Amino acid sequence: MQITSPRFKQNAHEALGDAALQRALGNLKAGFPGKRAAAVARMPEFEQLRDAARDLKNHILEHLDFYLETFEANVKRRGGHVHWARDAEEARAIVLDICRKAGAKTVTKGKSMITEEIGLNDHLAANGIEPIETDLGEYIIQLRGEHPSHIIAPAIHVNLDQVSDAFHAHHGKYGKTERQTEPRALMNEAREILRDKFIAADVGITGANFCIAETGTTVIVTNEGNGDLTQTLPRVHVAVTSIEKVVPTLEDATLLHRLLSRSATGQEIEVYGTWSSGPRRPEDPDGPAEYHVVLLDNGRSNMLGNEFREMLRCIRCSACMNHCPVYGAIGGHAYGWVYPGPMGSVLTPAFIGVEQAGNLPNASTFCGRCESVCPVRIPLPKLMRHWRAREFEKHLTPQGFRFGLGVWAWLARRPKLYRLATQVATRVLKPLGGKTNRIGSLPLAGGWTAWRDLPAPQGRTFFEQWKDRQQAGGAK
Amino acid sequence: MSGREAILGNIRKGLKRSGPLAGTALELCQTRLREHRPNLIPARAQLPHAGQVELFVQMAQEASATVARVTERAAVPAEVARYLADIGFAAEAIVAPDASIAGLDWSAAGVATEARHARNGDRATVAPAFAGIAETGTLMLLAGPQSPTTLNFLPDAHIVVLDAARIVGPYEDAWAMLRSERGEGWMPRVVNWITGPSRSADIEQKLQMGAHGPIRLHIVLIGD
Ligand code: SF4
Repeated sequence: MQITSPRFKQNAHEALGDAALQRALGNLKAGFPGKRAAAVARMPEFEQLRDAARDLKNHILEHLDFYLETFEANVKRRGGHVHWARDAEEARAIVLDICRKAGAKTVTKGKSMITEEIGLNDHLAANGIEPIETDLGEYIIQLRGEHPSHIIAPAIHVNLDQVSDAFHAHHGKYGKTERQTEPRALMNEAREILRDKFIAADVGITGANFCIAETGTTVIVTNEGNGDLTQTLPRVHVAVTSIEKVVPTLEDATLLHRLLSRSATGQEIEVYGTWSSGPRRPEDPDGPAEYHVVLLDNGRSNMLGNEFREMLRCIRCSACMNHCPVYGAIGGHAYGWVYPGPMGSVLTPAFIGVEQAGNLPNASTFCGRCESVCPVRIPLPKLMRHWRAREFEKHLTPQGFRFGLGVWAWLARRPKLYRLATQVATRVLKPLGGKTNRIGSLPLAGGWTAWRDLPAPQGRTFFEQWKDRQQAGGAK
Repeated sequence: MSGREAILGNIRKGLKRSGPLAGTALELCQTRLREHRPNLIPARAQLPHAGQVELFVQMAQEASATVARVTERAAVPAEVARYLADIGFAAEAIVAPDASIAGLDWSAAGVATEARHARNGDRATVAPAFAGIAETGTLMLLAGPQSPTTLNFLPDAHIVVLDAARIVGPYEDAWAMLRSERGEGWMPRVVNWITGPSRSADIEQKLQMGAHGPIRLHIVLIGD
């Protein structure tokens, strides 16, 4: 996948002017946050569950090697195979090798962000194996030659008429020549075409939301049932996942289950939770004859030893991006790689380097909504700040910005001068707000005022008000 | 060095440990696995049995499943016949080979059955649930020769038979039931948690039923 994170600013600019995208993003903002809030309101223990999930994940990370080895031993005990991949290239090679040994011509795929992370589809296609995405959203964007713009709703940026166009352009070869325009009819068409693909596929590739050490089980969570057909009908099932997905017991995976769908779509639980332990057994009439798990590292073990460890608690629910004003304004593609939104702004620099992705942790208003909804309480703004600091240390921030920061730092170390400066600024800016108290344009602040007004300061500075309050409080 | 050793080595480096987990820390983790204690269980899932059955029905319906209640197992075929007629399907079903399903008197109810796993094109199937979880109206099914997992995903209409006595409050009680009835450490090839019929909102965030799996989920609940 081509990385466009370095041109983030231009991407964002284009996204803001893209009417179709803006309409699609309206659906997102109208949907997910309200549904999550309703689901949380029905679960009075939600905050305690978040604490428990955070503590559980911290415990796992502290003993990650032990749980991974236990998981591996239990998969093997049931006749499955575990493959360890240091990076994307190794993971691609492992999956290709499994497909080749299976003599695969086509593979069906359940939704998996890890296979996006390793660029699996292009690699399989380049080697003569056709990958077919079966999650409806993934299928739509595969037809359109795109990548997901959201980690659980990959086609969130696509409008209904664009789906019609894509199906009309690609389904003629299956005898579907009429252009469908109703969501129901479109879905039925995809259902029919993909049924045949499930049956013809030689290998089925899924992700795994959880890997259970106690039992050697991988778990997928879906609403469509495509993951189940993907992993049940072909002769070989490959679950491609990453090392931080391991959990100790069935009970621990259950705890995370209670948080996952509520945080993601606001459902009480997903439609299909599928817990797979090994290949088909001698007496079984269905199921895959081979069962493989690929465990990807790709920089995660480095994060364990640095200030980004907490990011490894992430269960990929998408709540942070669903509630992010920046994501809501520009969508996922602008972030320029696999993972968008606040979680992507922390992960992307770790995976592709801060040199390429330094813009992302800067694309935050630090409003803190992401942290306030994260089910495993990842301090996303703090982690983004760590990247800003690293970027600054590496001298990657632009000249003008460094100069501005320098001036501010100089001033901030001189409290009297700082107060005087803010007093002056407050007095000067207030009248510029006019009747509406909003400033529409300001020298040196064009980057801000081009898209939104700057609220004019109201009355006195923070320090002045603070002083008044202290005095008033003391007089009581 | 293999990928495995390199990854485990780097994990240990990150954790500032020179080798595998040892001593008390190792024992603590092993005990944790052995005891597999439940974490926090919501109050919603801690009701007396009658309340759990009621909650199960309510939550399953909320997830767009339909529920029919019968007083005894022998009444299941007649209910399936009624349901198939109701949705305009032929009186035919592929049934799980499990004796609790295949052993029923289907011909008396006028339903033509075949006991096997599902194939593409099968319109209706009948499968047994291992448990029902009241908390979210979730069915738990165990894959195996008696209950092939394809029955749960290939048909248009999926009918699941559940004994009300096997409804538990939280998911954790279903795991406990699995361990106590089938033995510690045993897992079927697949455990399916199913809550309502298949759906997708991938087209313009508008929810549609029957994306790839069954368009309908019907639960026949026996007893109380
Ligand atoms: S960072 Fe938190 S909120 Fe965002 S996807 Fe991960 S778990 Fe969900």
